[in-house]
Amino acid sequence: MSDELMELENDHSESTEFVTVYIADQLFGIPVELIHDVFQPEAITEVPLSGPDIGGVLNLRGKIVTAIDVRHRLGLAARERTQKCMAVGIEKNGESYGVLIDRVGEVLRLPHDTFERNPANLDSRWRDFSKGVYRLDNELLVILDVELVLVVDIEVVAA
Amino acid sequence: MDDLLKEFLMETSESIDLVDEELVVLEQEPDNKKVLDNIFRLVHTIKGTCGFLGLPRLEAVAHASENVLGKFRDGVVDVNSDCVTLILKSLDQIKALLTYLEENEVEPQGEDGELIAQLNRAADGELSGGAATVAPIVVEDTPPASDDDLVIGDKVLVQKEVRPGEVSLEDLEAAFMAADGPDEETSEPEPVVEIEPVAPIVAVAKENAGPSIANQSIRVNVDVLEDLMTMVSELVLTRNQLMQMVRNQEDSEFKVPLQRLSGVTTDLQEAVMKTRMQPVGNAWKKLPRVIRDLGHELDKKIHLEMLGADTELDRQVLELIKDPLTHMVRNSADHGLETTAERIAAGKPAEGRVVLRAYHEGGHIIIEISDDGRGLPVDKIKAKALANGLATESDLEKMSENQILKFVFAAGFSTAEKVTSVSGRGVGMDVVRTNIEVIGGSVDVRSTHGKGSTFTIKIPLTLAIVSALIVESSKQRFAIPQLSVVELVRSRAGSDSQIERINGTPVLRLRDRLLPLVQMSTLLKLENPSDLENASSESGDTMSDDSFIIVSQVGANTFGIVVDGVFDTEEIVVKPTATLLRGIPLFSGNTILGDGSVIMIVDPNGVAASIATAGSAEAEAIEAEEKKRSGDNDDTISMLVFNAGSPEPKAVPLSLVTRLEEIEVERIEIADGQHVLQYRGNLMQVVCLSPTQSFKAEGRQPILVFTDADRAVGLAVDEIVDIVDEKISIEINSQTQGVVGTSVIRELATDVIDVGHYLLQVYPDWFERLEERTEVGDKRILYVDDSRFFRHLISPLLMAAGYQVVTVSSAEEALELKDKGEIFDIIVSDIEMPGVNGLGLAKQLNEEGAWAGIPKIALSSNNSPSDIQKSLSVGFLEHVSKANRDRLLEIVNATLIESEDAA
Repeated sequence: MSDELMELENDHSESTEFVTVYIADQLFGIPVELIHDVFQPEAITEVPLSGPDIGGVLNLRGKIVTAIDVRHRLGLAARERTQKCMAVGIEKNGESYGVLIDRVGEVLRLPHDTFERNPANLDSRWRDFSKGVYRLDNELLVILDVELVLVVDIEVVAA
Repeated sequence: MDDLLKEFLMETSESIDLVDEELVVLEQEPDNKKVLDNIFRLVHTIKGTCGFLGLPRLEAVAHASENVLGKFRDGVVDVNSDCVTLILKSLDQIKALLTYLEENEVEPQGEDGELIAQLNRAADGELSGGAATVAPIVVEDTPPASDDDLVIGDKVLVQKEVRPGEVSLEDLEAAFMAADGPDEETSEPEPVVEIEPVAPIVAVAKENAGPSIANQSIRVNVDVLEDLMTMVSELVLTRNQLMQMVRNQEDSEFKVPLQRLSGVTTDLQEAVMKTRMQPVGNAWKKLPRVIRDLGHELDKKIHLEMLGADTELDRQVLELIKDPLTHMVRNSADHGLETTAERIAAGKPAEGRVVLRAYHEGGHIIIEISDDGRGLPVDKIKAKALANGLATESDLEKMSENQILKFVFAAGFSTAEKVTSVSGRGVGMDVVRTNIEVIGGSVDVRSTHGKGSTFTIKIPLTLAIVSALIVESSKQRFAIPQLSVVELVRSRAGSDSQIERINGTPVLRLRDRLLPLVQMSTLLKLENPSDLENASSESGDTMSDDSFIIVSQVGANTFGIVVDGVFDTEEIVVKPTATLLRGIPLFSGNTILGDGSVIMIVDPNGVAASIATAGSAEAEAIEAEEKKRSGDNDDTISMLVFNAGSPEPKAVPLSLVTRLEEIEVERIEIADGQHVLQYRGNLMQVVCLSPTQSFKAEGRQPILVFTDADRAVGLAVDEIVDIVDEKISIEINSQTQGVVGTSVIRELATDVIDVGHYLLQVYPDWFERLEERTEVGDKRILYVDDSRFFRHLISPLLMAAGYQVVTVSSAEEALELKDKGEIFDIIVSDIEMPGVNGLGLAKQLNEEGAWAGIPKIALSSNNSPSDIQKSLSVGFLEHVSKANRDRLLEIVNATLIESEDAA
């Protein structure tokens, strides 16, 4: 599945499908193949000592899902407690993760000729999580590097 | 891998293990026909299957072994130890071949000519010296069984001969059935568990014909069971949700069917749980062989006894304890038991015993491994601990024997003088301990010199479902496994169990011990101001007066976790946390509660580790000190440091203080011109340290409470500063009343308070104030008294008078000192003591030995003429009332001067 992502730039097929999501009003794209499901997280339990990148744990149909919050790492303000949110479910090594987002956009098939590498002046924190940018008609779509999003270093916090 | 090959590997590994076991039995009971038949059959099946699958090398070895067994069976060759060893060796070879086969799917190159030749020689009776008639292999041409497919039928397994390279379907089937539980150690391709093993299942020989027990069980892949378990957990959760919904409706048509569903769900859950349970004996199967080999290698006679093998526990736990168990049994047989010669010399039976015992005890399985050997060498452990830098000489001095024994669980610890091939390499026991602690168990050791030692493993029944306490802290819920919870204490302001603080560190007084407390919210850094609606009120003191204390025990550490609320106990299904969260040591997993929410499971081991490690060492040291206050003058004494009246710090021996109280100052009333406090249903007088000191104007007044028997006195202080362990030496004798002297504590000159003075103020008959002190030389006094109160009262008094004082709490301890060759100038002893009393002690001492000539003074609270007469009759020089302390000093002085004059 992730092969698709890796070969994004030199993929010979002409277009890739993305699910678009909003985090703090910025449009992000995640390759549709990586997404297990999209759900509305209910009753997220915070995990003490886990740091700001872990949103908590929640019960999704009897499975314990670890919610990941990228806002802190992107230098964005923390989500308001009352604010509704959605999550994109991703499976990795048999474990379930949910990347917290504000809302889901749509599924877009994007031609490769609208793709560009990260602009040189992009914030370094963003550059780490962005695989590149698609030029949409009225917006820019940042491709989220899901592999990296799932790597959270919490040892600093635990210590 | 080929399915057939996979099955073969699995079944053969199990058969081999079984043969291992049975052979050892056979060696002990050579005439046991049933066992022999069984072995023969198993080996025969292995051989047959190998031929069938085209594995010539394996087949050849199995064939040769079978030959020997055949000779045993026909009575041509006697069963003897050498032959058994040889067959065991060939089994090992088969195992090695199987391992290779599993990895590479082909047999290794080469051949086993020598082994086969040896086996053949044995079969010819050359090894055993038995009848050397060469009989051809009985070959019986049996047609294959009638049913061609491998359906598990209801037929008795028939015993018959098959040509090498041929195997009947029945045999194949038997091979698939003729073993019990899984055996991960033999590394099967896939772990398989057997559903409800009624007993260790073996292929039945023909004499006990009847429905084969094997037919009542089938093999199921472990994954299937795990999935089943998960699904049942889901079902339980959904059921709980439904119940919740229906409960809120008055008259629901769903009520009755839901109740049925609920009942069935519960039964289903239990049934699935049961499939995970296996007899602990499965983990013991290898042990007879281990012991047998050990016995041969070390030339010891060892009898292994296994009790409670049918005690069931979760298969996951079983797997995890298998290796530690084997290791410990080896240790017992190797280190624990003496050599046969030593045993005989010690008057013990030549055959050493190792006993393995398993039983249930309150949600735990207890496994004991005991031997009747020499016991653990305490002195050697001490020396080794010293050499390894695990403890200092003075640490060891303070430790109880039990504490010293625990060093065997430290890393790199082995006291075996020589390293055998079996054990003694200095790794092991620490690994054992770690492995057992990983699964929430604990391991302990007891030992009696010359009588043997016992290791006790305590492990939870299952890891998957544990009973947990659901608690709340800062509005978040957590689960704490009940396994480590000793008790629950509700703490309320003003009640007996009130959280007290020493320099901000919370402690709880629990049955005369101080329990270190840790606040859950602090530990988990739960303080989140935006989270708390009334942040201002909670910011001041994070520990509200009304809270619950969960007293937990991990190993030797006992501590309390303070939480805001306790809900109830729930059976929770432990799920591991995501890899991302494993870095947090305070959680052992997470779980989904009945209401569908996820909560974190707090790991008591992690909590214990996070509480300052120094704390535990200190606690143990204090404990050891209390236990063994053998009166070494270098011993430190715990001193309570406080301020009262004047800026200089004051101190009092902590052991003299019964309680620390903080009471509302309004509660102090005045009656008969005295300050009194209603305290525990009685009136307690509260006194100030000095006239310049006054009670607090408002708020809470700290009070030190001293009690003896039914009397209590409160001493009002301004502030409790600290508790320190200091070597107490009175530097300056005081002229002030109520002060014993001045000592340097925490590098500050500190007045050591004479508690007696204040007690006297309240109860003039408690004892009388000493007005003058006499200076004497460097004399040593031994003071024997079982009452800690008096020990701490009298010894500072004598010390203040310039003597060196050694205190012990019993006559027995005094005798120990005598045996150590200690010498004193005078002995002061209490009369009423448990065990040997003062009279007995004096009698014993005066009869003979180095202490016969030492002057002895009796100190007692019973002072009738007959009491005095009794004391004098056993050789006490004087009998002094405990209340009359100046008389005691006078007599001590006079006696010492006298003895000096005499000298």
